[in-house]
Amino acid sequence: MNWAAIIPLFIFLIIIFLVGLYASKFVQSSKSFLDEYFLGDRSLGGFVLAMTMTATYGSASSFIGGPGTAYTQGLGWVLLAMSQVATGYFVLMVLGKKFAIVTRRYKAITMVDFLKERYKSPVVVILSAISIIVFLFSAMAAQWIGGARLIESLTGMSYTTALFIFAASVLVYVTIGGFRAVALTDAIQGSIMFIGTLILLIATIIAGGGISNIIADLHAENPNLISPFGAEGTLTPAYVSSFWILVGVGVVALPQIAVRAMSYKNAKSMHRALIIGTIVVGFIMLNMHLIGVFARPILPGIEIGDKVMPLIALETMPAWLAGIVLAAPMAAIMSTVDSLLILVSSTIIKDVYINYMKPDASHTTVKRMSIGVTGILGVIIFIMALDPPDLIIWLNLFAFGGLEAAFIWPVILGLYWRNGNKYGAIASIIVGVGLYTLSDLLPKLLSIDSTAMDSFFKPFGMHAVVVPVIASFIAYVLVSLLTRKTIPNELKPNF
Amino acid sequence: MQNKKHNLNKIANREALIGVGLVIFNFIWWYGFAYGLGSKDPDEYRIIFGLPDWFFYSCVVGFIVMVVLVIIVVKAFFVEIPFDYEDEEGEAER
Repeated sequence: MNWAAIIPLFIFLIIIFLVGLYASKFVQSSKSFLDEYFLGDRSLGGFVLAMTMTATYGSASSFIGGPGTAYTQGLGWVLLAMSQVATGYFVLMVLGKKFAIVTRRYKAITMVDFLKERYKSPVVVILSAISIIVFLFSAMAAQWIGGARLIESLTGMSYTTALFIFAASVLVYVTIGGFRAVALTDAIQGSIMFIGTLILLIATIIAGGGISNIIADLHAENPNLISPFGAEGTLTPAYVSSFWILVGVGVVALPQIAVRAMSYKNAKSMHRALIIGTIVVGFIMLNMHLIGVFARPILPGIEIGDKVMPLIALETMPAWLAGIVLAAPMAAIMSTVDSLLILVSSTIIKDVYINYMKPDASHTTVKRMSIGVTGILGVIIFIMALDPPDLIIWLNLFAFGGLEAAFIWPVILGLYWRNGNKYGAIASIIVGVGLYTLSDLLPKLLSIDSTAMDSFFKPFGMHAVVVPVIASFIAYVLVSLLTRKTIPNELKPNF
Repeated sequence: MQNKKHNLNKIANREALIGVGLVIFNFIWWYGFAYGLGSKDPDEYRIIFGLPDWFFYSCVVGFIVMVVLVIIVVKAFFVEIPFDYEDEEGEAER
């Protein structure tokens, strides 16, 4: 057991737990339980809003997988990661005040609530709720596995023990504290990520003998490592640029991000969050991935990318400091998991149960159900993560791209285009999710020559998310225009 | 009151368009420096603060430029509007 690493980790868990307790006071005393539990009563200030956006988005993949790939690919992967700076301002600006105003008027507390009021179509609601539950459930399971593996490698505990500690601590604060606990802990976790990456970057640069030295070493090993094209020259401009859709602008359509764009108190909070968010997300992404690249000359020959972060921290710093810094990826994973958990729970309770099963459920029932469902979800995911089924692993690969392809146009065009209608939205969701899933499924099922498939699903070597996003745009606009006459004027939004 | 609602809408729409403009600018800066300067032979890269020039301009300076632009845009063009105009309207009608 590595006590120097365990103690900072436990202090971190205790602080998070106390924040959950603090937030649960609001849940107990709130007048509108659903508003408070799933949206923190729309009271987030600028700093917490910026941090919860960044932390929700910066997950295990950007904190563990990202630096690992940067270690293999060199500066080209840092370039790719920098497409995420856009998320810092784009989401809040584009959904923006319109989304804040409209969701308040609709009294929406989830993204599906917004779609329900905008399109007035049960089909849209059911399709959305199913996509969210299936995709985000899988994403969550994958993140839990990541969290448990990290505790396992840091502390030397067994996987099951590590998973139990991780699951129990997340479950306790999310279940009792709801969205407010998630947002407040995200603010702490985001700060840890910010400071942790900075300390680790400095330590890595010192250990490598300065930036010039490190770059010279990389150049000597393989000149491609300091080019934008990746170690093997395989990162084409088209491929790298297509990440602007997957991890840049497409992020507006992720329900766990969009819900935050309706949770802030006023325009002032939003303005502050725009500035803080851009700084924090760019800073973390740049530093995090640079650490991966700079680690290469210091610790050559690491085979498993996921181990780069923990190993470089232990190499360049005293154990106790490494323990504190490694709370950062832990924080990244937790802050994503907690947001997904509360979101899936809100989808089940608000979008399915209250909408279709029991619209007249009493305050106490809703309260008991919400807390119960959140808890039960956690237990199911815990069991899944113990021995993850292949289906979950597969679905997780599609989770973010699939949700983006499904929701980007129903949300954005629903907000800004008066003539967009339910038929367009349904077509858009089916085309988006369908094409995206097929892009992986078809070549596997048919096992035919994949070059023809690739030029259709991944033209110019772009990421598979691009074609579905474009196709779902065309579907939305065409179908909306074709069915324009069937929607009476009074059903069209008047904002 | 219809007028006020109309104004809020105009403000919200303009701010969303500013967001789209910023992201296009961000992309062009990022792409231009990365592939404009980075397509040379790695031996010919100039080194600035220890980093290859394409990376320094595209990722480091590009990030700082975006932060400065966001600050300017928010301070100069973004308007603090109330979000619950419906309530105000209701009161005015009453």
